[in-house]
Amino acid sequence: MTTLEQSTVAKDRVSAPARASGKRPPWMEKPNPVTQAVKFLALVICVALVVIPFWSVIATSIADQTTINAAGGGMVMWPKGVTFSSYAAVLSGGVVTRAVVISVGITVVGTLLSLAATAGLAYWLSRPNALLGKPVLMLVLGAVLFSPGLIPTYLVVKQFNLLDSWWSLILPVLVNAFNVIVMRAFFQELPQELFESAAIDGASSATILFRIVLPLSKAVMAVIGLFYAVAYWNAFFNAMLYIQSTDKWPMALVLRTYVVNQTTIGGDQVSAEVLPPQLSLQMAILVIAIVPILVVYPFLQRHFAKGVMIGAVKG
Amino acid sequence: MLLLGIPGALALILFHYLPLLGNVIAFQDYQPYLGFTESEWVGFSNFAFLWNGNPEFLNALWNTLILTVIQTVLVFPVPLVLALLLNSLAGERLKRLLQSVFYLPHFLSWVIVVALFQQMLGNAGMLNTFLVQHDLPVLHIIGVPDLFKALVTSQAIWKDAGWGTIIFLAAISRIDQEQYEAAAVDGATAWQRLINITLPSLKGLFILLLILRLGSSLSVGFEQIILQQGPVGIQASEVLDTWVYNNGIIGGNWGISGAVGLFKGVVGVLLVVGANKLAHAFGERGVYEK
Repeated sequence: MTTLEQSTVAKDRVSAPARASGKRPPWMEKPNPVTQAVKFLALVICVALVVIPFWSVIATSIADQTTINAAGGGMVMWPKGVTFSSYAAVLSGGVVTRAVVISVGITVVGTLLSLAATAGLAYWLSRPNALLGKPVLMLVLGAVLFSPGLIPTYLVVKQFNLLDSWWSLILPVLVNAFNVIVMRAFFQELPQELFESAAIDGASSATILFRIVLPLSKAVMAVIGLFYAVAYWNAFFNAMLYIQSTDKWPMALVLRTYVVNQTTIGGDQVSAEVLPPQLSLQMAILVIAIVPILVVYPFLQRHFAKGVMIGAVKG
Repeated sequence: MLLLGIPGALALILFHYLPLLGNVIAFQDYQPYLGFTESEWVGFSNFAFLWNGNPEFLNALWNTLILTVIQTVLVFPVPLVLALLLNSLAGERLKRLLQSVFYLPHFLSWVIVVALFQQMLGNAGMLNTFLVQHDLPVLHIIGVPDLFKALVTSQAIWKDAGWGTIIFLAAISRIDQEQYEAAAVDGATAWQRLINITLPSLKGLFILLLILRLGSSLSVGFEQIILQQGPVGIQASEVLDTWVYNNGIIGGNWGISGAVGLFKGVVGVLLVVGANKLAHAFGERGVYEK
């Protein structure tokens, strides 16, 4: 288990203890000003490449018609006249509002079901001498290694009559085998004596799971739950494959149609007395799709490196 | 205990293993109204694309292979370089802040990434707005067939290069610091320490990641490409995954596209096994032990 512990330590502070203080060790030579300048420049460029798109998308979404016209109808960096009319238009009924509700619904329901199924399976596999433990573990590992192709998966979903149903966005991705392995590794780390004494006191395995395992596993449940939630919120591929009626569209399909393919957004799609500029509307949709990710990001960030490393070591 | 695990196991069986079995359609003249059981068996005739030189298939295969080579050569080493750059910074807080920025794009969906790129580099995007305002010629980047592979590659770098640094940073942090100290005392320069200590310590990990990369080398970004296929056309953008989608789901040629999908999967497994053999031959650990 040393590797696992090391990786846990490495979670936040991904550098060696000797340099954790942020000070240069005595044996290291003074940094050369030219190299420092080159490094600094390279990092500034990298940061700008990530930050500028976000910034200008947000700026354009709150820019009014005059600012956008001044920018030649293109993206804005500094909105002079700020207005939230695009958000009001997009969110007060119409196709985008419906898509937001649908995506939130799928994300919430899907994440809860996925967590329950994953935790149940992981708990089963974490118990020593569980009935059918070996074959089911093989089943999970096999699912990590071999992925079925697109066509057979589609045909199976079709065979189950799930086409054009929101369940087609949840059931096929209900359990991520990799997450099962990560969670199982976590459950195995828990003090096993607790389970034994509880079992001697007559607790059923369900009681042990709900009263002992889950309360001790809040961290891993949060991480895996967030991973599932981000995947459900972002899901585009399955939505494109399985959802046909436009009134069942989740956010990803709305994004593709109105932002990527730039289909005109008119009075039928949003409700506004004066239609805000197309570009602002598009950017408002984009921002609405990004914001949930930005909100959970700090939580994700605190834990994900750990999750990735457990998987890498145990998987 | 069983009861709690059954829904999860059932989901894997129904939506993972059943479709794996469903690959039998590669050997059938699959008709949706007949289903898996009633459709006629046709042996290997669906695999004719492999030897009769179907030009559309060859085009898709060619584009896939080019993208694989580009992505392995250009995209794959970027996280290592970025990780070395981050690691060379002294300030711990600065490093953590930069990591937060660089990891973020990984969590955005491809739809969002493609939309962001359009708004930045498209004909009415930020770059061109800026160029027009300064009386410079407009750069056509999005929707140009010749630039499509470069565009897809830069998107892949933008989205995942930062995320890819995690595993390298963790590996770098496990290198024994005393090696560096001893080398410095013996007069090794920072560059020599990088070449002689850091890089050799990361070799095993690099090879492991390369093997895993090979396994998915025929998958070069389905969502990303299908989203941008319209303006650039099939010739420049079709890859195996989109070929399967366009011919199977859209075109209804179930058997043939199933066969291409199966071919892709089998090649992936063979590449991993082969690359692993090669790694063992060179005395590396690879993905699994001998």
